Amino acid sequence: MAIKITIEVARYNPARDHEPGTDSYDVPLHKEWVVLDALNYIKDHLDGSLTFRWSCRMGVCGSCGMMVNGVPKLTCSTFLSDYAPGPVRIEPMRHFPILRDLVVDTSDFLVKLAQSKPWIIRKVEKPLDEEYVQTPAQLEGYKQFSMCINCLLCYAACPIYGLDPRFTGPAAIALAQRYNMDSRDEGASERLDILSKQEGIWGCMFVGECTQVCPEHVDPAGAIQQYKLTAATEWLKALVLPRGAKERP
Amino acid sequence: MKRTRSNEPLLWLLFSAGGVVSAMLMPVHLFLFAVAFPLGWLDPPSDETLLALIRQPLVRVYLFVFCFLSLFHGAHRFRFTLYDGLQIKHLNELINVLCYGGALVGTVTAAYLLWRVP
Amino acid sequence: MINPTEYLPKSYHRRVSTYWWLARRPYLKFILREASSVFVGWTVLLTLLQIWAVTRGPSANAAFHEWMRHPLMLGVNVIAFLFVLFHAVTWFSLTPKAMVIRVKGQRVPDWAISGPTYAVWVLVSLGVAWVVLRG
Repeated sequence: MAIKITIEVARYNPARDHEPGTDSYDVPLHKEWVVLDALNYIKDHLDGSLTFRWSCRMGVCGSCGMMVNGVPKLTCSTFLSDYAPGPVRIEPMRHFPILRDLVVDTSDFLVKLAQSKPWIIRKVEKPLDEEYVQTPAQLEGYKQFSMCINCLLCYAACPIYGLDPRFTGPAAIALAQRYNMDSRDEGASERLDILSKQEGIWGCMFVGECTQVCPEHVDPAGAIQQYKLTAATEWLKALVLPRGAKERP
Repeated sequence: MKRTRSNEPLLWLLFSAGGVVSAMLMPVHLFLFAVAFPLGWLDPPSDETLLALIRQPLVRVYLFVFCFLSLFHGAHRFRFTLYDGLQIKHLNELINVLCYGGALVGTVTAAYLLWRVP
Repeated sequence: MINPTEYLPKSYHRRVSTYWWLARRPYLKFILREASSVFVGWTVLLTLLQIWAVTRGPSANAAFHEWMRHPLMLGVNVIAFLFVLFHAVTWFSLTPKAMVIRVKGQRVPDWAISGPTYAVWVLVSLGVAWVVLRG
């Protein structure tokens, strides 16, 4: 007789419910199972209508983000036995509108991401037979911020984003910084024009929870503070040498 | 939303400088003048000594910088706490005036008091 | 926001509670850190009052000292001291996040920036205490 653990799952059917409710299920507690396994067990054996996102089940795609006992987690990377004897409360990621059960609407992030212009911006493209040479030290300058898998756990953790949805948010700004710090990029001032609004980098209050929950150790909080420092020094430079101010290479 | 690129970097720089100044200096200031001396843990300097100290131009500049930067640090932080803690961002013009205006009043008061040390 | 269609009638927007910051310890620590700004302002006020008292003469000074010894003031100021201390400690631990220094392509570790900052803090505090106490 396998040990069981109770999973309390948030349910919401937009056609039927006014607000989300909770359903409880008992699933076997296998020591190698992750929370995603429990959800799939529920869907396969107990309640086929349970709706949730997942894909790679190994922590690289960023699809399975949910609140587990009030903390944003990738359910494929969170061991069920860590929550024994339970119950485990699973809810959709906070600060996003709920579409159905554990699925949220992330289109706001996609808009913000586009504002960050997350691609290499060049004034003049090099001819196709010339390569962009980058040293390991130059790569190290931005590599950490490039590890983002867009899982949006940081948005679920950020209270500022929860309180003001206009805030650009951790991942979008960290990704802008990833390109700003890339030695091949020449678009730093273009991104700054967009992100230096009150709801851009200046909206961040350095709570730091985004960094705590990030499964890829991107440290978006650090990225944003560094970005603030850069923006402030650019502002000072523009003040002191208005015409001679050079753009970041 | 109005572009405030011209203001926010300055306010953040003042906030950062004020954060360093208040972090470095306030613990010892408060400990000495608000805890240790009133409780008698340490012998306070006499009021004549303090007056002689405040008369020195360097000390006056130190105290002015201490007050000015700490006030703007506190005002900036308090402004954002009002925005997000109380969720009253729609009153942001009023909040800005109260916070930074208050800091400015404090700074001018400090400058006046320190200038007028006999 | 995806436009509602017949397959997607509507989405549910959860409201953030006014007490969001009580729900988790990191959020509470954050709000306490931000609340230290009030006590930073309080300390400046005390400083200005003391400058005023010192420059006003013996009766103003006596009144100021009397006021500072009042139990309520002592209570408030002990709390203020703890908050200001909390601000200092959190500030120094966050400084390395914003100030990234690279030496020969390698990032200087956080403790190598925090450590010297704390050392400077101790030195500066001792320096101020010496200036005030030496008479």
